[in-house]
Amino acid sequence: MTPSNDSVISVRHGAVAYDGRPVLRDVSLTVTAGEVIAVLGANGSGKSTLIRAILGLVPLAGGSVELFGTPLRPRSRALRRQWARIGYVPQRLGAGSGVPATVAEVVGSGRLARRGILRPPGAADREAVTAALRAVGLADRAADPVATLSGGQQQRTLIARALAGQPELLVLDEPTAGVDANSQEAFADALRGFISGGGTVLLVAHELGPLASLISRCVVVHEGRIAHEGGVPRPAGHHAEPGHDHVHPHGPGDEPVGLCS
Amino acid sequence: MSLFQYDFMIRALVGALVIGLTAPALGVYLVQRRLSLIGDGVGHVALTGVGVGLLLDRSPVITAVIVSALGAVAIELIRERGRTSGDLALALLFYGGIAGGVMLVGLSHNSSNANLMAYLFGSLTTTSPADLVVIVVLALVVLVAMIALRPALFAICHDEEYARVSGLPVRALNLLLAVTTAVTVTIAMRAVGLLLISALMVVPVATAQQLTRGFLSTMAAAMGLGLLASGSGVWLAGTVNTALGATIVVLAIAMFLAVAVAAAARRALRRPAVPAPAAAEVHPPEVVLER
Repeated sequence: MTPSNDSVISVRHGAVAYDGRPVLRDVSLTVTAGEVIAVLGANGSGKSTLIRAILGLVPLAGGSVELFGTPLRPRSRALRRQWARIGYVPQRLGAGSGVPATVAEVVGSGRLARRGILRPPGAADREAVTAALRAVGLADRAADPVATLSGGQQQRTLIARALAGQPELLVLDEPTAGVDANSQEAFADALRGFISGGGTVLLVAHELGPLASLISRCVVVHEGRIAHEGGVPRPAGHHAEPGHDHVHPHGPGDEPVGLCS
Repeated sequence: MSLFQYDFMIRALVGALVIGLTAPALGVYLVQRRLSLIGDGVGHVALTGVGVGLLLDRSPVITAVIVSALGAVAIELIRERGRTSGDLALALLFYGGIAGGVMLVGLSHNSSNANLMAYLFGSLTTTSPADLVVIVVLALVVLVAMIALRPALFAICHDEEYARVSGLPVRALNLLLAVTTAVTVTIAMRAVGLLLISALMVVPVATAQQLTRGFLSTMAAAMGLGLLASGSGVWLAGTVNTALGATIVVLAIAMFLAVAVAAAARRALRRPAVPAPAAAEVHPPEVVLER
């Protein structure tokens, strides 16, 4: 099977193992342009590993990954041009660095894939950073140190960093985990804007919250395999009430079954 | 000023200023990556390079650059693997470096305690004009690289995985940082000595970041503080006749303490006046996104 022209991500028989322990076994997944896909699963199901393998952050033990039709290989020149088309939003900002950095400086890193490492930032870069900060509702915090922001605002800084690169594909790892309701809404709005502009989204989530209405397809990962693929049901019961704040402790082995039909 | 009527004092001043400007420009990335002590480790390894140079009757500066660059690259490759044994490997490298250096210096025919001390604690006043040219040229190369590649180096030090997904040549940039660390250590060994060079990379950054809010401002302020510490260090060391390297480092640490006390006092005075920072989260987010 050759991927069609609008295949954004194509994983074929992907397998990943950590120290010989299989985490992903024979996963195949194709994402086409304009799709909004949620990868759901319990803690330890392999859902984060799936997107890390797609981005080349963990090596494949078997199978293949293509991004925009280009095979994923370490230090591939052909692939280098594709990275500018991808915006990655990690789960959280790393352990925090020793030196302060402003929100605008962190978001400015998102321009590097597009600009290259040798060219100094110009007017287009500054405009993209401002637009991305406006999209996530942090325009007034541009000059503040990231460390002074709340967890939710830091998460929005990371999505702004990805948006600043004007990507075609957004890959998000648990974007709403531990994020306050206000930031979740801001996040959903920013994502909605990206999707209405024709963007493709692959996101990993434990639960969808306000993002549920945006999802076009759900993929459930269970014990390293894709256990289910399908649409998203409407939230039912008190989950459907406006302003519903979904707060309950999650234990290991807690599965978001019922989110996907 | 009578102090600077001697050529050797002028050379010491120029060398110290150039190093005072360069070391924090590199150090800001090392601190950001939480590798504050890497300069110290590379300094230990550089001593073996000095020993090799003295033994072979070559310029110790050149052999020190080569050996410490190899050491820095080895440290970086160990770090990249991210194994816990990296900690032990680093210890082996550090102590092997200094022990090997002391032995090799002892074996060379122009060995003397004074010679060893000059490399361990610096001796900028014995810098020849040729040495000074090497110091200035190498420092300028490091400085230009640190300033020109700031966005990319900031990205890899701040979030290495994100930088990788941005398609940045992460490994090449990491190795560049390793090699520039080795170069900076080696040129600075004439000024502050191998055992104190790390202080000049790290202390001005630590001082600056108590006052600054962003990365660029921290880098600029640290470079200014490094310049100030080394300039005033040359003057003070010449006036009261103390070791130059130690004087510069003591001044840098005094600046750190002064700023720390001032910043703590300012925080204590301000705290009651600041309202709870709840307002920021209440703003309705504007959502306009153009791709």
